[in-house]
Amino acid sequence: MTAPALILMALVAAVPICYAIWLSLNQYSLLQAGLSRFVGLGNYVEALTGQDWWKAFGQTFLFAACSVALEMVLGTGMALLLNLAFRGRAVLRTVVLVPYAIITVVSAITWQTMFDPTTGFIPQILTALHLPGAGVVWLGEQGYAMAVIVMADVWKTTPFAALIILAGLQAISQETYEAAELDGAGRWKTFVNVTLPLLRPAIVLAAIFRTLDALRIFDLPFVLTHGANGTQSMSMLAYSELNENRLVGQGSALSILTFLTVMIVSAVYIRFGGGNIRDIAREDR
Amino acid sequence: MSTLTTSRTSVASAEAASATRPRRSRTRLHPLVWVFVIVVMGFSLVPFYWLVSTSLKKGASLGKGEMFPSEPTVDNYLAVFGNGDFLLAMRNSVIIAVVTTVIALLFASFAAYALARLKMRRKALILTLILSVTTFPAIAIAAPLFAIWREIGLYDTLVGLIIPKLTFALPLAIYTLTSFFRDIPRELEESAYVDGATPFQAFRRVILPLAVPGLATTAILVFISVWNEFLLAVTLTSSPAARPVPVAIAFFNGMSEFDVPLGRISAASVIVTIPLVVLVLICQKRIVAGMTAGAVKG
Repeated sequence: MTAPALILMALVAAVPICYAIWLSLNQYSLLQAGLSRFVGLGNYVEALTGQDWWKAFGQTFLFAACSVALEMVLGTGMALLLNLAFRGRAVLRTVVLVPYAIITVVSAITWQTMFDPTTGFIPQILTALHLPGAGVVWLGEQGYAMAVIVMADVWKTTPFAALIILAGLQAISQETYEAAELDGAGRWKTFVNVTLPLLRPAIVLAAIFRTLDALRIFDLPFVLTHGANGTQSMSMLAYSELNENRLVGQGSALSILTFLTVMIVSAVYIRFGGGNIRDIAREDR
Repeated sequence: MSTLTTSRTSVASAEAASATRPRRSRTRLHPLVWVFVIVVMGFSLVPFYWLVSTSLKKGASLGKGEMFPSEPTVDNYLAVFGNGDFLLAMRNSVIIAVVTTVIALLFASFAAYALARLKMRRKALILTLILSVTTFPAIAIAAPLFAIWREIGLYDTLVGLIIPKLTFALPLAIYTLTSFFRDIPRELEESAYVDGATPFQAFRRVILPLAVPGLATTAILVFISVWNEFLLAVTLTSSPAARPVPVAIAFFNGMSEFDVPLGRISAASVIVTIPLVVLVLICQKRIVAGMTAGAVKG
């Protein structure tokens, strides 16, 4: 019964990937119609010896590291809040889902307008309060542009991390806490010595999902900076070769490199980050 | 991960328990915690509020950066609804998201049932393969599809977008549904087998009706992710005829260099956001269940 779905997925996933590998071995420009020439690994050599790929590689990892780290810390905090029993918890849970419902392109536009030097409110507040970052054209400057992209991503996806961590939190039995209380552990000690270690698998899992997503980042830089000011991601670089320069061979090589990077990171995660995925698969037999 | 595999049910049960939990835990909430609650709510809502506020401003009042528009106007909304390209984009998005969701659910429900229940060889391998598809960067299939679609005439068509969007919708649906199917007690089908039903009959008559809530949850998650998807949509379309909403808005944003129509862009953004926010708020519990089921269980 899995066959139809697997065949469909093979058709829509495996065939294009294989064709991408083939295209990446050719010199193929849409500007010179029909001109295709086999160049072997030439496109890869060109990409790996040039600067653009490594710049995009570094910028993507910087983005992923900053946003995932923030999302895990804030997500854990949010999960702890959502786990408390208080009047208004249902409202809080509903409210944190609002950013999740907003499409990424719209959230990019929202953050763009918030930081706009003339129409946004954030530059005004920073100036009025003489805070650092006042007078900066946020999206027009190296470093600051990346910071806005990270904030926009954190805003949209922290709820996702929080919900996964919340699920982990609710799986911790009440007796564990009672035992800690009997031992005379304070709140902070209990959190560090009991909650955090038991929460680790959930946090690792959330980090895996968020990292793999962050490494594929495209929409936020596309709308916010179009890849300028140190925000060109790997996917954006491949896109611009393909759609703007019409270099199908080069673009394919860059997208295969992006693909390999994500694959390697997920393999490393599965190997070292935790046996989550393997365990799930094993349990099924 | 074994401690987490039961956690989707525990989200639901903890929710039920919290209603009856002793009052003690409520009164212990520290004032500082309330500060955090307010910060989290502000962080979640202020950007969206700002978008709505911007959409109600016009002309010179846009440049003031006010939190509350001094002269609110709905002109931007009227302009957006009068824009044929935007309405076309809405239509495209609805068609793409609905068709993709229906097809994905149809294929995924068979696959997920088999993965949840039937004895199969290489189940771990199949699950790993499906999971690995979800980690594909969309750009990896965008380049070749761009080339293939141009050859065979699917470039800049709705079908040309629905097919690759299925690549990512299917594994998402299979994963979420597998965990829902696993929660349905096995005894129900076993009694169907005793009555002489085939696996397919057991699936159609016994499991499917019980799986309706899970199917609904999966449908919402798939719908939102397809509606949200941008890279394939921008790579594989070139005209308003096939462009879905996210791409239309992104192009709207960069089209005019002299007069960036910020008010209208914001209005269009609010229009496409409100239905989804309403959907998410109504189906809040389902979405939480689905996200944690799909993610935590695999």
